[in-house]
Amino acid sequence: MVGAMSYAFEAEGLVKRFGTTTALAGIDLAARRGTVLGVLGPNGAGKTTAVRILATLLRPDAGRATVGGRDVVRDAAEVRRLIGLTGQYASVDEDLTGTQNLTLIGRLLDLGRRDAKARAAELLAWFDLTDAAGRPAKTYSGGMRRRLDLAASLVGRPEVIYLDEPTTGLDPAKREEMWGVVRSLVDDGSTVLLTTQYLDEADALADEISVIDHGRVIAHGSPAELKRIAGSQTIVVRPTETERIGDVADILRASTGAEPELPRPGLLTVPVEGDATFTSVVRRLDDAGIGVVELALRLPSLDEVFFTLTGHGAEEPTEVAAA
Amino acid sequence: MTTTTRAAATPTRTAPPRAGSRPFGLARHSLALAGRSLIKTLRTPEQLLDVTLQPIIFVLIFVYLLGGAISGSQHAYLEFLLPAIMVQTVLFASIATGVSLNTDIEKGVFDRFRSLPIARSAPLVGSVVGDLVRFVVSIVVLFAFGYALGFRIGTDVLSTLAACLLTIAFAFAVSWIGVLLGVVMRSPSAVQGTAFLVLFPLTFGTNMMVPTDTLPGWLQWWVGVNPVADVMSATRGLVVGGPVAGPVTRSLLWTVGLIAVFAPLAVRAYRRRA
Repeated sequence: MVGAMSYAFEAEGLVKRFGTTTALAGIDLAARRGTVLGVLGPNGAGKTTAVRILATLLRPDAGRATVGGRDVVRDAAEVRRLIGLTGQYASVDEDLTGTQNLTLIGRLLDLGRRDAKARAAELLAWFDLTDAAGRPAKTYSGGMRRRLDLAASLVGRPEVIYLDEPTTGLDPAKREEMWGVVRSLVDDGSTVLLTTQYLDEADALADEISVIDHGRVIAHGSPAELKRIAGSQTIVVRPTETERIGDVADILRASTGAEPELPRPGLLTVPVEGDATFTSVVRRLDDAGIGVVELALRLPSLDEVFFTLTGHGAEEPTEVAAA
Repeated sequence: MTTTTRAAATPTRTAPPRAGSRPFGLARHSLALAGRSLIKTLRTPEQLLDVTLQPIIFVLIFVYLLGGAISGSQHAYLEFLLPAIMVQTVLFASIATGVSLNTDIEKGVFDRFRSLPIARSAPLVGSVVGDLVRFVVSIVVLFAFGYALGFRIGTDVLSTLAACLLTIAFAFAVSWIGVLLGVVMRSPSAVQGTAFLVLFPLTFGTNMMVPTDTLPGWLQWWVGVNPVADVMSATRGLVVGGPVAGPVTRSLLWTVGLIAVFAPLAVRAYRRRA
């Protein structure tokens, strides 16, 4: 058990109701400094509500939360100095240019005119937006808006950064890009709270994951622990030459000790425990000279995780007023 | 754009800590946010169309459609009417404050402002001050058009300037009613509709178009308590001549009073809306 002071943020028993709807039914969340906490859950699970409480935008009905040891309700002004918030919907000002958006935030953070401009230019360059710096944000693509929004939350060099579904709606390449950004923020010493609906995203970025559903934490642990709870991963192989499917099945059987399935013609899947097995499958396929069109170690989907944890899928959103 | 180049370019955390407790924070932040409103207005100049055309249309309707019947001389009526029209157009221009504020809050831009270490009132003060340009445009257009039609200042430039400043100050005060509506109501069109409902009796139920003694008793009472009538009398006195001290004093008291009541209410509602 680590001391409380090493937590960048900590929430205990947060409860929030909107009318008759209970958005949060007493959840605990915490992240050590310099780590990423992934908050994984379906739409309406309470992710955004939790973020908004930690970002001082909402007051909890019960429970308490601290950022850097400061209470989000009593010391809200202090907390606001420590945090950066990037919402699910990019909250940039569409009529302002990229530079104007970031300079405004800098001015509001009491940077001098010149410092605010310099910081804006620095962030725009970092996010590949220099060419678009002088254009109104309404001309930006979805990915550019997300980057500008994230840049805006970084102007004040926050210690704690909340990323509320930063990749929802982005194409795979843009997602990878965003992942790179998150990693470099953590390399830089920031603590990140990342909400997501994708297990692979939480797996790729988070040091620890809290799975939430209907306003409660239903599982918590490292990605590896969670995947163990959630059930095994799956190796997927599609050989180049369909006639060698029998050889592939033999290799899979030998490597995993489990019986492969043939969900579609030419495609074999087999459940595995641990990543080492995958390496051995790759080596044996190579030794046998079998070419593959597709070869992947697939994580269970959020839906499968939820099914294991709760007995129901993740597709039952509860109505939660995000405002 | 790879992770490595990002990491290399990552600004290090060696910058001096933010000095958020520097003095005059509210004023500086509000001005920065007013600058934002100004940029938005200048980027979409069609937003200034209403404040440009409204004074012209009002003058045309009142002076040429009604002026002959009301005062017998269109020129004399123009002298009587124009200072009051200034108050009316600037008040109508102030409706936009609440409307655009409502739009902003819906869009989520204000979530960012709320997560920053600035006073809760700064975004509201910023949007009120940011509409100054609309007021100035409508006043300039009105006087230019009035001059083209033969209107002349009866006093002096300083008094006229004072009338403009008084009008703008009063409009800022009334803006806070719009801000309160903008924070409380659910859609920009609801804000607009309600604001017009409030402003119609306030601007038309005055001595703007006809002298008060021609009105029925109950309406005379209303004009007597209506602050807009005071402001119109004050501007009339300052621009074309006539009694000034009483109306100006009452106008200033109303200005201070409206701000004292509605600004805290609006800020409180904004805090709760979070």
